[in-house]
Amino acid sequence: MKHLKSVNRKAAMVEQDLEPKGNPQEGDVVALQQGPPQQPQQSPHFPLGCSLQFDPGWEVDSSGGTAGLCQPVERDLFDCHTGCYWPAQVPDQLNHAPDWTGKCAAAQKDWRKIDLIFP
Amino acid sequence: MPLQLREFHPFQAAGRRFVYLVPSAAVFALDDTASAVVDALDRGPRTRSQLVDELSNRFGRSELEETVSELLGARTIGEAVDGTEPLSRNLPPVPFPLTTLVLNVTNKCNLSCTYCYEYGEDRIVDTRDGKQPAFMSEETARQSVELMLRESGSNKVAHLTFFGGETLLNFPVLKSTIAYARRRAAEMGKEVDFSLTTNGTLLRPEIIEFLAENRVGVTISIDGPREIQDQFRVFHDGTGSYDVVAPRIRELLRRHRTRPIGARVTLTSTTSDIRRIFRHLTGEIGFWEVGFAPVTASPNRLYAIDEPGFDHVLAQFRELAGEFLDYAIADRHHGFSNVRDTLEEIHKGASKAYPCGAGLGLLGVSTGGDVALCHRFAGSDAHKLGSVGDGIDRRAQSDFLARNHIADKTDCSKCWARPLCAGGCYHEAYTRYGATTHPNLHYCEWIRGWTDTCLQIYGEISERNPKFLKQFDEPGGL
Repeated sequence: MKHLKSVNRKAAMVEQDLEPKGNPQEGDVVALQQGPPQQPQQSPHFPLGCSLQFDPGWEVDSSGGTAGLCQPVERDLFDCHTGCYWPAQVPDQLNHAPDWTGKCAAAQKDWRKIDLIFP
Repeated sequence: MPLQLREFHPFQAAGRRFVYLVPSAAVFALDDTASAVVDALDRGPRTRSQLVDELSNRFGRSELEETVSELLGARTIGEAVDGTEPLSRNLPPVPFPLTTLVLNVTNKCNLSCTYCYEYGEDRIVDTRDGKQPAFMSEETARQSVELMLRESGSNKVAHLTFFGGETLLNFPVLKSTIAYARRRAAEMGKEVDFSLTTNGTLLRPEIIEFLAENRVGVTISIDGPREIQDQFRVFHDGTGSYDVVAPRIRELLRRHRTRPIGARVTLTSTTSDIRRIFRHLTGEIGFWEVGFAPVTASPNRLYAIDEPGFDHVLAQFRELAGEFLDYAIADRHHGFSNVRDTLEEIHKGASKAYPCGAGLGLLGVSTGGDVALCHRFAGSDAHKLGSVGDGIDRRAQSDFLARNHIADKTDCSKCWARPLCAGGCYHEAYTRYGATTHPNLHYCEWIRGWTDTCLQIYGEISERNPKFLKQFDEPGGL
């Protein structure tokens, strides 16, 4: 800071927090990296909009459809429903929605029968 | 989106401009560019480009851009919003570790100070016919020590304070409890710091010797020279206590050199000369430091300080604080502890959700073993938070903390002094307004005036002798 001078300890903490971060790798996504951790001293950085946050909108592409996504929701639905939560947020079979896909014999064909679930 | 000023208190010291930010409690000094931006926004909200255009005849554009970014980052200014932002309401984690336990070892006193909150007209606990015993038993004191050590969490040091009544009326229990607490703490790999408050009447040589040997911190309740002390601090027959306490205190100060010894003065409507009291207690008696507090009383009491009275006290506090500043610049000790305490809180950037540690890190124990918010409420059923036998009543404690948070004190939400005041003493509020949740509105002006004075002193010291402030970086601060 050049125009504000921190005087007490709290101000010094504010200033430190605002310092431009020296390490360009800081803020890198570590969760998907292969091999040994490249930033051993830092806590992992979670990208905004990942499924740890409720962020609808990831399930559609820029045209509003699903075809352009790397993993269209209708294809990996079962994976997300049963074993894994990534990348779309779908109800989990284990605890909350055991019968959610009961009417969906083949996802490519029957996915429209799957109804919305509200927590 | 236009920019506007956020919440802060501006002040000047040593020819510089400072801001005390609310609620972060950060203190920043502003340069000319930052001052100009703040002044411009003080005239009303402006967009970033408007600000830069307006001030570009005095400062470079990139310099202005940089300044606006810094002010935004420090939250001195922000985007204009409609209405006010609600105060954040983060409740402390429970169980919160206990740092200090205050034991009321007796509720008897050999003095009859007219203004006493414990015996006087505004008392909360029935000390005469109530169910609390007159003296704390050794068993209750030991249970208290166990509670303190058990609840101190990962803290290495626990603080045990003895209080009364007149604390030294129960010296036998005090003595055995200190020995017990030392032994139990050592077994648990902890330490205990001991302190007590006394009126000084019972400081016999063997007691003084014991306090010195055991490094017990001592605070003496005393109001000043004879004619001031004897006005309220009297024995049951009405005779003054000055001539009894003065020689004993001198002997204590001569012999007890292991801890700094402080005086605590109660100010009333009749106290007119604070500097004289200070001179007497430091220069003539020899106290290391002197702290002043206005008497707690309902407003209709004759000795209660009214509004002009608070103005008068503030004016005198300011004079004495000016003296503190001169001493601080010269690296000398000055014993006006009200300034020192406030400077320490400003330096650390305290931003309080609660006015004090009562019910959080500090609890009081009545003579019968009831746990309460603090020593002032100990023994009152309405403010009971468990007992030393059964432990802390976590539900009652959580309920208290939920009800007394600063976010719920609407009157405080617009006050810039709330990071330090947080509504003020629960006991004072209870006596004045009948509820601990009520902010102490009768001394708002006084708190703001006093905080402003201390901020100016802090700013002056930071410019003229910054190394003086290093002492507040050390844990404990003394």
